[in-house]
Amino acid sequence: MSLAQITQVKALALAVPGDDIDTDRIIPARFLRCVTFDGLGEHAFRDERTGPDGKERAHPMNSAQAGKIAAAKKGVMVVGFNFGCGSSREHAPQSLWRFGFTAFVGGSFAEIFFGNSTTLGVPCLTLSKEDLAECDAFVRANPEVEVTVDVAQLTVSAGAKTWKADITASARDGLTKGKWDPIADLLEGADSVAKTAGGLAYVAGK
Amino acid sequence: MAKTLFQKVWEAHTVRKLPNGQTQLFIGTHLIHEVTSPQAFGMLRDLGLKVKYPQRTFATVDHIVPTNELKEPYSDPIAQEMIEALRKNTKDYGIRFFDTHTGTQGIVHMVGPEQGITQPGTTIACGDSHTATHGAFGAIAFGIGTTQVRDVLATQTLALSPLKVRRIEVNGKLAPGVYAKDVILHIIRVLGVNGGIGFAYEYAGSTFDAFSLEERMTVCNMSIEGGARCGYVNPDQKTFDYIKGKPFAPKAADWDAAVARWQSFASDPGCAYDEVVKFEASEIRPTVTWGITPGQAIFIDEKMPALETLNAADRQTAEDAYKHMKLAPNTPIKGTKVDVCFLGSCTNGRISDLREVAKYLKGRKVSASVKAIVVPGSQLTAIQAVHEGLDKIYIEAGFEWRGAGCSMCLAMNPDKLVGDQLCASSSNRNFKGRQGSQTGRTILMSPLMVAAAAITGQITDAREVFKV
Repeated sequence: MSLAQITQVKALALAVPGDDIDTDRIIPARFLRCVTFDGLGEHAFRDERTGPDGKERAHPMNSAQAGKIAAAKKGVMVVGFNFGCGSSREHAPQSLWRFGFTAFVGGSFAEIFFGNSTTLGVPCLTLSKEDLAECDAFVRANPEVEVTVDVAQLTVSAGAKTWKADITASARDGLTKGKWDPIADLLEGADSVAKTAGGLAYVAGK
Repeated sequence: MAKTLFQKVWEAHTVRKLPNGQTQLFIGTHLIHEVTSPQAFGMLRDLGLKVKYPQRTFATVDHIVPTNELKEPYSDPIAQEMIEALRKNTKDYGIRFFDTHTGTQGIVHMVGPEQGITQPGTTIACGDSHTATHGAFGAIAFGIGTTQVRDVLATQTLALSPLKVRRIEVNGKLAPGVYAKDVILHIIRVLGVNGGIGFAYEYAGSTFDAFSLEERMTVCNMSIEGGARCGYVNPDQKTFDYIKGKPFAPKAADWDAAVARWQSFASDPGCAYDEVVKFEASEIRPTVTWGITPGQAIFIDEKMPALETLNAADRQTAEDAYKHMKLAPNTPIKGTKVDVCFLGSCTNGRISDLREVAKYLKGRKVSASVKAIVVPGSQLTAIQAVHEGLDKIYIEAGFEWRGAGCSMCLAMNPDKLVGDQLCASSSNRNFKGRQGSQTGRTILMSPLMVAAAAITGQITDAREVFKV
């Protein structure tokens, strides 16, 4: 399986503010009633974007900027802290990715969300609190300026600004070397797997 | 060198180091359900791969099952499609399925322990964030995404990085009317909803030693609400007694060896922890959430926080929470009117929960203004409860007695809040829209507090209502 080396994502950005944005908000549970991930993109943040009356609410995902990202099928979402907390549903990053987001920049990410995203080839970079506030403000003030998320250099930059960013070493390695989906590596270790399994009595039902 | 249970289990299951520096970790037990597995089987088929160890994957159906009808096809055709997909996938690949007609179906985190599949010193993965529940037995149990479900199906391994270990010690005796649920809500309130990122939580101390396995499960279950991907309690005699005789427990000839092995996984005395946090049980009171994250919680007799007492980031989330919850800062939560009461979920839908509430419910009536439902977490729990006559107590009190499943914890089945109904819930998440209505409101609490809310029609102190 040959995967793209993801060293950099350069795209328009959208700020979706707030800490502790949970996966129920990103993709409400009723949209998990499915057997494929197809069509999830249109439901990303559905209940934040649409009121109970069916009318559009003021939400970044309803903006012209979001529309441009959806059309381009690439975009950077700038979020707060503990983004993607809650359930393990991969439907959450799948819906944002299918909407058009190809990178996340935030203060911190919930672990399962982080793993689900990077395994899709979608980098999640973290900035310090101060830098994130500056990046967020820049993105809102300059929606036409593309943001560069550099996984190799560990920076996020836009216009004349560059912020120092971070991601776990293993995710960075996987993304930049085109090995962000671990399945090939995991399959390669089959002999070692059998050896480990053989040493575990409970695997044999004992 | 003295080691933690986490380190020992990790080492015993390490296959090798991967080129990116992560560990290829063997997953001894894989649990699957209808929501996060169909896409994984789809990926498997697309890649032309097989299930490597079909006897180590166990399936059940829980999220979408209706709790008021067993007859198929279900009124929701998508739910029907999902259960049928799981039937086909488990049949095609030779995976055991605890289906609805077997009397063993239930929430995946109840089925594992009930069957004796959940054992100490093992690794467990499931495409569900509440997998940490199984840590109550001294297992290292992770919630995983669907692509990882594929990885486990295809290789029985995952690519993971080790976690740091934070020992959370609670010592002393809980006051009457204070439960395991209050303990975990309090821990999350203090350490924060993101305090556990990067950590496994080891729950210890005399309070946990005294807890039953079911109480330990309630606490481990909500580790993820505190940001910790897994949480565990070291195995002890209670753990072994719970497992003994269960269908998948080691047989008599293997039993002693299994117990010796399980004991050897417990954290060594004097082992090093990355962090230690201590709590006193006597300081914990019945706890309820007031906001839209499980960390936004107070003792029942406290006022909700005034905005000016919060730091900038918490304040923003609190403002959002007050708006959604239609509650006012710096006022008591006690007396808030309740529309729906939900007793169930993988946090608090076990037989001990149903027994404890029933003990106090006899002779009491649910308020006319409240819709109250009780949903046993599993069919075995329901059968046991009926055997003990608990169903009658609930029905006489005015609760609806339902079939097993996740139900109104996340409302993927027909059990949903309507409009801005406020629900007193024994479940684990109070996120906006969590219980099926985008304007619906959830207040998390212990099962007995749910019962007190049902009877009085408002958020109240169960200790007063039931003279605990």
